[in-house]
Amino acid sequence: MEKPSDLLLDIQHLHTGFRLKGKFYDAVDDVSLTLRKNEILAIVGESGSGKSTLASSIIGLYDQKNTRVRGDILFNELNLVGLNESLFNRIRGKEIGMIFQDPLAALNPLMRIGAQIEETLYYHTKLNEKERKTRVLELLDQVGIPDPVRISRQYPHELSGGMRQRVIIAIAIADKPSILLADEPTTALDVTIQAQILDLLKDIQDETSAGIILITHDLGVVSETADRVAVMYAGQIVEVAPVDELFTNPLHPYTRSLLESMPQTDVDDEELHVIEGTVPSLDKMMTDGCRFAPRIPWIDATSHEEEPILHEVSPGHEVRCTCYRDFYFKN
Amino acid sequence: MWKTILRRVLVMIPQIIILSILIFFLAKMMPGDPFTGLIDPKMDVNTIAKLKQEYGLNDAPWVQYLNWVKNLFRGDLGMSYTQHMSVTSLIGDRAQNTFWLSLVTIILSYLFAIPMGIIAGRYKDKWPDQTIRIFNYITFAIPGFVAYVLALWLFGYLLNWFPTTGTVSVSVAPGIFNYILDRAHHIILPALVAALISTTTTVQYLRTGIIDNQVEDYVRTARSKGVPERVVFNKHILRNSLLPITAFIGNVIGALLGGAVMIETVFSYPGMGKLFMESISQRDYPVLTALILMFGILAIVGNLISDIVMTIVDPRIRVK
Amino acid sequence: MSLIQIKDLKIHYPIRSGFFNRVTDHVRAVDGINFEIEEGETYGLIGESGSGKSTTGKAIVGLEDATSGQIIYKGHDITKASERRKLKYNRDVQMIFQDSMSSLNPKKRIFDIIAEPIRNFESLSKEEEKKRVQELLDIVGMPSDALYKYPHEFSGGQRQRIGVARAVATKPKLIIADEPVSALDLSVQAQVLNFMKKIQKEYNISYLFISHDLGVVRHMCENLAIMHRGRLVEVGTREDIYHNPQHIYTKRLLAAIPKIDPKNREEHKAHRQAVEKEFLENQDKWYKNGRVYPLQQIGKSHFVALPQDKLEGGR
Repeated sequence: MEKPSDLLLDIQHLHTGFRLKGKFYDAVDDVSLTLRKNEILAIVGESGSGKSTLASSIIGLYDQKNTRVRGDILFNELNLVGLNESLFNRIRGKEIGMIFQDPLAALNPLMRIGAQIEETLYYHTKLNEKERKTRVLELLDQVGIPDPVRISRQYPHELSGGMRQRVIIAIAIADKPSILLADEPTTALDVTIQAQILDLLKDIQDETSAGIILITHDLGVVSETADRVAVMYAGQIVEVAPVDELFTNPLHPYTRSLLESMPQTDVDDEELHVIEGTVPSLDKMMTDGCRFAPRIPWIDATSHEEEPILHEVSPGHEVRCTCYRDFYFKN
Repeated sequence: MWKTILRRVLVMIPQIIILSILIFFLAKMMPGDPFTGLIDPKMDVNTIAKLKQEYGLNDAPWVQYLNWVKNLFRGDLGMSYTQHMSVTSLIGDRAQNTFWLSLVTIILSYLFAIPMGIIAGRYKDKWPDQTIRIFNYITFAIPGFVAYVLALWLFGYLLNWFPTTGTVSVSVAPGIFNYILDRAHHIILPALVAALISTTTTVQYLRTGIIDNQVEDYVRTARSKGVPERVVFNKHILRNSLLPITAFIGNVIGALLGGAVMIETVFSYPGMGKLFMESISQRDYPVLTALILMFGILAIVGNLISDIVMTIVDPRIRVK
Repeated sequence: MSLIQIKDLKIHYPIRSGFFNRVTDHVRAVDGINFEIEEGETYGLIGESGSGKSTTGKAIVGLEDATSGQIIYKGHDITKASERRKLKYNRDVQMIFQDSMSSLNPKKRIFDIIAEPIRNFESLSKEEEKKRVQELLDIVGMPSDALYKYPHEFSGGQRQRIGVARAVATKPKLIIADEPVSALDLSVQAQVLNFMKKIQKEYNISYLFISHDLGVVRHMCENLAIMHRGRLVEVGTREDIYHNPQHIYTKRLLAAIPKIDPKNREEHKAHRQAVEKEFLENQDKWYKNGRVYPLQQIGKSHFVALPQDKLEGGR
């Protein structure tokens, strides 16, 4: 089968396991996903879902000794899984840019803003020092920072949270990567700043046609920005769908429960929906059967598949396990 | 930044004034006066009283203090009771000796500690780290004087590798080069021992700094830029881990001066520390007062140096 | 009569600058705010970082000194520590923090954490104390084997519930909840909010609910105030604020909340950017030299910070 040319990333059966007391436990368990040019793919999940582990697997930043990665992450025929460090360093920054959650912690407190952006240009471009400096100013301007000359000479602590996140974005896009990996990019920011940063990401995408993987726990952010959504629970993808489809026709019990637990109404007497139980810790994760089953115990065991797989219910909309067919809310 | 530093220097002035007042009045409270050591038994009591009057010892305390300060500025710290020479020239020589010993000790200490800290941090819980940890436990546990006496006995008397006393041999061959070499030969053993037993804090700070910084977000950012690991380590992890060490320089200077008392006594090295011990045992108050004042000022200056270095290396401290 | 009244509260911090570190100006963290909380009510205080909302909360529990103004509780001004002691105010007013990990002592067992405020204010026997702590854990839905565990053995949501249990241990009248659910996952957040409501009904507690999350506040609070630059820009009922916002800053906040409505996202964006443009371009209309105007009443329960003439002209 010929692969369409706008395919940027093709993740196949990815397993990422961490070593705990001598044994490996998969925090990402058999994840397959694709990312295309010009697309924003949101990966949604709560803590412990494996979404951040997925991100660090893609960019190859994990503790080599205590992590086991299996499966394929194909980027232009190149498999990023098991890629040696020096080759990977040519990909990181150059082909995949990364945006982090906490913009203050993500910047070196002892380095000037300009130098931190310039560093990535030094390793991935042939620009000389003067050209690099010019490019830094261009980038700061591109991410909407006023007075780039002054800001480039400042230190991270002198900027506001929103400004710092813009700097992080400038670093990520400095070498015009085809993929941007944004791990909770707005979680630490105020709502008004969040809106600005999300707009900026969209604008950058319009200019560069990069594919963006947006990792978040915020369904609102997903709804406002994503093209496609993958919902993760306990290391697995439980539902994938185009964004309109996911919010108008959510199918998996977990997706539905999450949407249900959002406070949205004016009625304050109403209790919020609570999902029973908790996400199991990594070493207690069940390895067979539907992982969400313990949290919806009122659903009959026969509704679940023995080995739940993703079922395509409409073009591009896939749901794991058959339990969605019989699912109802308890009250 | 310059404003911060200048302000920091100005803050020092009241500190030194308070220090000098304290020392002056403590000295006043001690028994005896400048004439106790000079007294000729045949001298007439009236003459002494006259002399006291002449030297202003009957003035009000604050007048005496001001005179003392005035003399301080002229470099006049009075006369030693026992050595019959001015305190200034007595301390002058000794201070120079202590300065060189301390300088060599500091340099050696960092020369050992920084590589050890880096190795321990980088190979956390592996054998190099464990070896360094054991070394640290030992050097930290050994009291200074035990280490000094042991080193002196072993390398000085038993093996005869190093001279056991003084700053320079009487029999030194002529020529400036020979002179320097001979002085270095005298300094190296005490400095080496002092350096080895003073590495613990620096090693531990650096080790934990490196371990903590390795998992910092900004290090991950650097890695995500495709910066090679070697550069990530040197430019991001190591540089930021050296920060707490620079903050500690002031304490190191203070500790060295305190340590000088013991090390100079053991090695019969004629520096301020040894002079301090001598003047205590001989109740040479003018020398003692001058030394305490100097030690105090040096401790204050040590802290100043720490603060200035911090202001230079850490942009977060600079005040606009 | 209301449980607590905040009257023209100001908290200013000196800015020192120049060579001699003289006080040259003040940061007006809280700059003259008024509101009151009724018994058994959840009052929402909304603002972005730096708005002064947390400082206000701290001033009410006495962790921050008021520069001027009054906080009236049971007819006494409790901005003075002596008054607080006399009234046993610190037993009646408790606080829940955002970061449950750093607000619980990692070296203490859950039992001691929850028992500590009880020991401070009451003398119970060991038996009674244990019974009380067990009850409290029950209320927040924690198993009783939690008693002898340490904070790190719990998840974020469980820790936050422990924080709630500690706050209600002294049977307080008012709890200041500063971003109590911001650090939690959606499903856990729902749980903690439900418990807070349940406890409120059981003990008739009032909450001052401080948050930046307009969705959560909308769910929790009947009355709320929007804070910006140390002052209140708009005060009203849920209905007033969410359906009839008047101040540009309120509109801006509301427009910035992401909506679960992907089909109309372009319209949201256009609306948001229009509001943002109005906010940026007409600062002089909404602020006097950057300072929020005094509040004007425009409805039964609705107050907006507008200049006098604007209000009259608009009507």
